[in-house]
Amino acid sequence: MSFDYDKYIRPGKLPHIWCPGCGHGIVMKGLIRAIDTLGLEKNNTAIVSGIGCASRLPGYLDFCTLHTAHGRAAAFATGVKMAKPEMNVILVGGDGDGTAIGGNHFIHACRRNINMTYIIMNNNIYGMTGGQFSPCTPTGAKASTTPYGNPDPAFDVAKLAIGAGATFVARGTAYHATQIDKLIAEAIQHKGFSVVEILDDCPTTYGRRNKYKSVIEMMNRLKDVAVPVKAAEKMTPEQLEGKIITGVLYKEEKPEYTTEYAKVIERAQK
Amino acid sequence: MAKKVAFLQGNEAAAQGALYAGCKFFGGYPITPSTEVAEVMSVELPKVGGKFIQMEDEIGAMASVIGASLTGAKSLTATSGPGLSLKQELIGYACIAETPVVIVNVMRGGPSTGMPTGPSQSDVMCAKWGTHGDHAAICLTPASVQELFEETVRAFNLAEKYRMPVMVMPDEIVAHMRERIVFPEPGELEVIDRTAPSVPPAEYKPYDTRFGDVPPLAGFGSEYRFHVTGLNKAEDGFPTTKATLVQAEEERQIRKVDANVDDIVQFEEYLCDDAEVAVVAFGSTSRSARFAVNEARKQGIKAGLFRIKTFWPFPEKQIKALGAKVKGIITPEMNLGMCTGEVKRVVEGQAPVTGIFRVDGEPINPGQILEKIKEVK
Repeated sequence: MSFDYDKYIRPGKLPHIWCPGCGHGIVMKGLIRAIDTLGLEKNNTAIVSGIGCASRLPGYLDFCTLHTAHGRAAAFATGVKMAKPEMNVILVGGDGDGTAIGGNHFIHACRRNINMTYIIMNNNIYGMTGGQFSPCTPTGAKASTTPYGNPDPAFDVAKLAIGAGATFVARGTAYHATQIDKLIAEAIQHKGFSVVEILDDCPTTYGRRNKYKSVIEMMNRLKDVAVPVKAAEKMTPEQLEGKIITGVLYKEEKPEYTTEYAKVIERAQK
Repeated sequence: MAKKVAFLQGNEAAAQGALYAGCKFFGGYPITPSTEVAEVMSVELPKVGGKFIQMEDEIGAMASVIGASLTGAKSLTATSGPGLSLKQELIGYACIAETPVVIVNVMRGGPSTGMPTGPSQSDVMCAKWGTHGDHAAICLTPASVQELFEETVRAFNLAEKYRMPVMVMPDEIVAHMRERIVFPEPGELEVIDRTAPSVPPAEYKPYDTRFGDVPPLAGFGSEYRFHVTGLNKAEDGFPTTKATLVQAEEERQIRKVDANVDDIVQFEEYLCDDAEVAVVAFGSTSRSARFAVNEARKQGIKAGLFRIKTFWPFPEKQIKALGAKVKGIITPEMNLGMCTGEVKRVVEGQAPVTGIFRVDGEPINPGQILEKIKEVK
């Protein structure tokens, strides 16, 4: 029997705004399957986003949904989670939203290790505004504001998250659709701040400028560069050149923020 | 039983007022001269099962209080000028998403870093015009420690009643001075909670105008699920660009305050009945003004004080009426003419308006005001 996505989609809110060939819809379906697997209760689950194409995702889903301001999802979500720690709080957004304007909120959510899951759809570009380079645009790539090639080095989102203190960090791709729900489900189950970076594609504003002839070519690139963690362990640095490691990259048990704050309340009330 | 009396700092009183109003969440960022509000909340909130969080920056602090408020928790942040500038982005969000939050902003010198420990009254325009777009504003400017307590309670009431951000703006003098305060008993001051939805979850719309200009707000994590966005939205909370809906939504948000000015605006008239010269002042400056008015009366000058308690919405009607009956108005303020401009606007030339402006980090003293009263009479 095929999976019933409609159970989680708000009636009347489709079609979505995403262009044909965009991977965001693949991620949304992965998120829905993960939520279904875990049996998260709709009333007890908040999905929070910032601004951008990816950040339109919450509006389509039938949960408590909060479409905030550019880059601010993690900070709004922190308020929700602190006030109602029993809620499942899931953040979604793009690479520009999360690592540029929202970079500060992102690293501090990692540092606090607050029990939320952040899904970053990294398509290497600001799509909604028409294809300006983001902190995740590869050096040398073309964007509407890097007409001569991008002089900026790019962030490694996963390394950034690990460095900032996130205790679960995973990476998948929009090509590896069936892996997405598993990574997200494991992230949500993890107690602490979990980050799932999904390498995504933007055929409209990135692909066209960077000589990808088709969506299929962009998807094939994701397939070609991805190396699962286990396989990567057996490869030499030379063999890993130009590859991107996927799977669960980091996992650690550490005190979680709302649990620690519950102890603060206990101490204050003694 | 005798009431509890304390010798309290203004900022401490603001925090106590918030707790009296039922505040359960504080998100903040350290900034002089408002930090004591955060410090008291960090001590007191966990005692009542509330939550305190020090965020990574001013914007994050503002975001956290909106997020917490959407779960139903009465939420507070505190800041000062530079922080208020940073918070403007999300003050606009709280306006359009119609989320109750209270912001205590202690006014210090500016622009930019200005004079962090010097008093000022130069953020009052920022309270109304700081965030982009058309929106309503409520800003209270208390003049004593006692009033800072009471006005913080009222700020929560107004925020919850009208579903919007409300600012309490003491100047640094009011926020940092210590005075005697008599704590109201529980129940003595009115405490208003937001209206809960009366319809079943399936019928709930977060901006349902069938219930008037201030539709009931549910909370995340309850049986009601809804969508919140900073985009212009339809009654169901989802974005819309439909011209008629957007126009109506924007006008309704302004109307929440405009149609309820008499409920919101508070002021004090002191010796105004027979006054020939009126001083219009707010915050700590109004205390110097009261002293000057008393001195003027001793010298046979019919002076009066109109004290603005609610700066936004501006007490237009009352000040216009005042302008019609006095020979002159004096507007002392610790900025270069923000309130003066408003008074001139509403008085419409009925009486000359003379400002006394100070931005040197020193308070306006009674002597300065008395001198001007003598000039104007």
